[in-house]
Amino acid sequence: MSDQIVPILMPKWGLSMKVGTLAAWHVEEGTQINPGDEIMDVETDKIANVVEAADGGLLRRCVGTAGEIYPVQALLGVLAPASVSDAEIDAYVAAFEMPEVEEDGEEAPSHQTADLEIGRIRYLTREGEGTPVIFIHGFGGDSDNWLFNVDAVAADAPVYALDLPGHGGSVKSIDNPGLGTMVTAVIQLMDHLSIEKAHLVGHSMGGLVSGQTAIDHVGRVASLTLICSAGLGDEINPDYIGGFVSAASRKELKPVLKHLFADDSLVSRSMVDDLLKYKRLDGVQAFLDALKGNLFSQGKQGASIAAGVAASGVPTTVIWGAEDAVIPPSHASAISGAKVEVIADAGHMVMMENAARVNELIKAQL
Amino acid sequence: MARTLSMKDAINEAIDQEMARDKTVIMMGEDIVGGAGAAGEDDAWGGVLGVSKGLYHKHPKQMIDTPLSESAYVGAAIGAATCGLRPIAELMFIDFMGVCLDQIYNQAAKFRYMFGGKAETPVVIRAMCGAGFRAAAQHSQMLTPIFTHIPGLKVVCPSNAYDTKGLLIQAIRDNDPVIFLEHKNLYASECDVPEEPYAIPFGEANIAREGSDVTIVAYGLMVPNSLAAAETLKKEGIDCEVIDLRTLSPIDMDTVIESVEETGRLVCVDEANPRCSIATDVSATVARDAFKALKAPIEMVTAPHTPVPFSPSLEDLYIPSPDRIAEAVRKTMGA
Repeated sequence: MSDQIVPILMPKWGLSMKVGTLAAWHVEEGTQINPGDEIMDVETDKIANVVEAADGGLLRRCVGTAGEIYPVQALLGVLAPASVSDAEIDAYVAAFEMPEVEEDGEEAPSHQTADLEIGRIRYLTREGEGTPVIFIHGFGGDSDNWLFNVDAVAADAPVYALDLPGHGGSVKSIDNPGLGTMVTAVIQLMDHLSIEKAHLVGHSMGGLVSGQTAIDHVGRVASLTLICSAGLGDEINPDYIGGFVSAASRKELKPVLKHLFADDSLVSRSMVDDLLKYKRLDGVQAFLDALKGNLFSQGKQGASIAAGVAASGVPTTVIWGAEDAVIPPSHASAISGAKVEVIADAGHMVMMENAARVNELIKAQL
Repeated sequence: MARTLSMKDAINEAIDQEMARDKTVIMMGEDIVGGAGAAGEDDAWGGVLGVSKGLYHKHPKQMIDTPLSESAYVGAAIGAATCGLRPIAELMFIDFMGVCLDQIYNQAAKFRYMFGGKAETPVVIRAMCGAGFRAAAQHSQMLTPIFTHIPGLKVVCPSNAYDTKGLLIQAIRDNDPVIFLEHKNLYASECDVPEEPYAIPFGEANIAREGSDVTIVAYGLMVPNSLAAAETLKKEGIDCEVIDLRTLSPIDMDTVIESVEETGRLVCVDEANPRCSIATDVSATVARDAFKALKAPIEMVTAPHTPVPFSPSLEDLYIPSPDRIAEAVRKTMGA
């Protein structure tokens, strides 16, 4: 019966996504699919990625055609056991209400803002039960770096992803920004949201911020997931940090961003444009110059959290992309007692390049 | 944070934020405050299409209504610029620049050069340009080539609200005279615009669409028309790259040349009249610098060599349409 039928839908990656192109199917009708199997490629104007099956089952019908554009939540495929008849599947497909493409202007605001002592902080949130998860992005990033993680983790816990000071939609004028600024912002946001304790998931500089928050405020941090984290060794690619800060045009920025991915074709025009738009906001250039000087002067990392995190006793998972060209994967073993996983075929943005595995590891920590 | 804004509101916001940041930024123009010296009533006009509406309330000492004499107040703005202010002079229509050309091209454009680099003239002269508004031949011209021709002037003609805000802020902060031209048929066009101030550097074209078969070079209203043509052509299997020049002086020929070296085909789209235009300029430069890359003769899509007609049906034929652009692209493809 139809309660045995499970739909495969067009995913929603980020709040601005309204439609996606079903670029290719990786599986054929009649294939038995397991959760996590790569089933299709989807492209948006922002990014292209492989879609992994959320549910397992027998793929009875490929409803979506490769090369076509579909709205978010559109029916692309049907999973059902062999006992369900073709007629029932036909009826299910026919009865499925294809969603309309969302119109501009009718959406709920994509982000919230909190006016804190440190200034305005923008964040996005998903409701849920239990100890919240707070995602903290890296140098020059913002909450949208967690496009493929927020919704998956929100199935298990309330989720927050903030824009650190100087980043995204948060306050840009910060005097002498450094690690302390970032930790203060995280704690002030937690206080503002009445979050006593949270699981922190930090990427790159955000890992450093997460670890330092655990060291300085040990009772507030339930666990740490440090992804390609800063603060675990001296080396950091100066071509990336320096190039990111100095790039003033699309031509200069694009090659710099290729350091972020194992598959550099993921650096889309829209990604470059969005970062250039951020860099051109008043105050951002001065902020990045100052932050780079405080955290990564002379092409080296200035702060270390490895011993402090180990001593804090906070449960810690360290995740790295084996192809990380920004911070070397050899840093992954710096924290004694931490669970470590180095993921193959992924670079510095491992949480985008292999979101499924990273999400599993984050959830395992909760 | 980004939200959707029209080009008209983006202009207002750019001026508002720069006036708040820098008290030497002033604006002069006809009816920009409220007309007839009205003391800032809420229904004040704010210029012929309401672009500056509300600015007098926020910055009463920085907004000046002028008499109906472009030659007088454009000259005053240029003089004030040399003495330390950053004036924005609003002319209703680019067509009216004729009466103050001496101030613009003999004075403002020449001061830095003739005073051995000791004089700066940080003035912005804003005006509406372009056809399609049923405003007849004296209020509809695309005179971009005239100003692009003059050394010492920077010339900007944006195609969307995001670029408009960033380029206008750059124009106000720039230490040289800038002719800032706003296509009146784009005033209502909307896109995401950050709330914070930001500046877009001059001389950097925007690749509005990436493609591999043909390069279309355009600016102003011709950018959305070229993008519409590209959508049509996509269905025929022709993949167009659309380059939005954004600033005509300085001009980013590097981006154009690099693109043509990839595609091997060029279509220049210009709403100006066909002789001595941006289209001819870009075409000639590509023919000189990237001739070996060309797989087909360069095509140009422009207005005809006539005044803008008042007859609506003729005016619609006058403006380069997506259909005409698509036809030119097909020609470069040998179709």
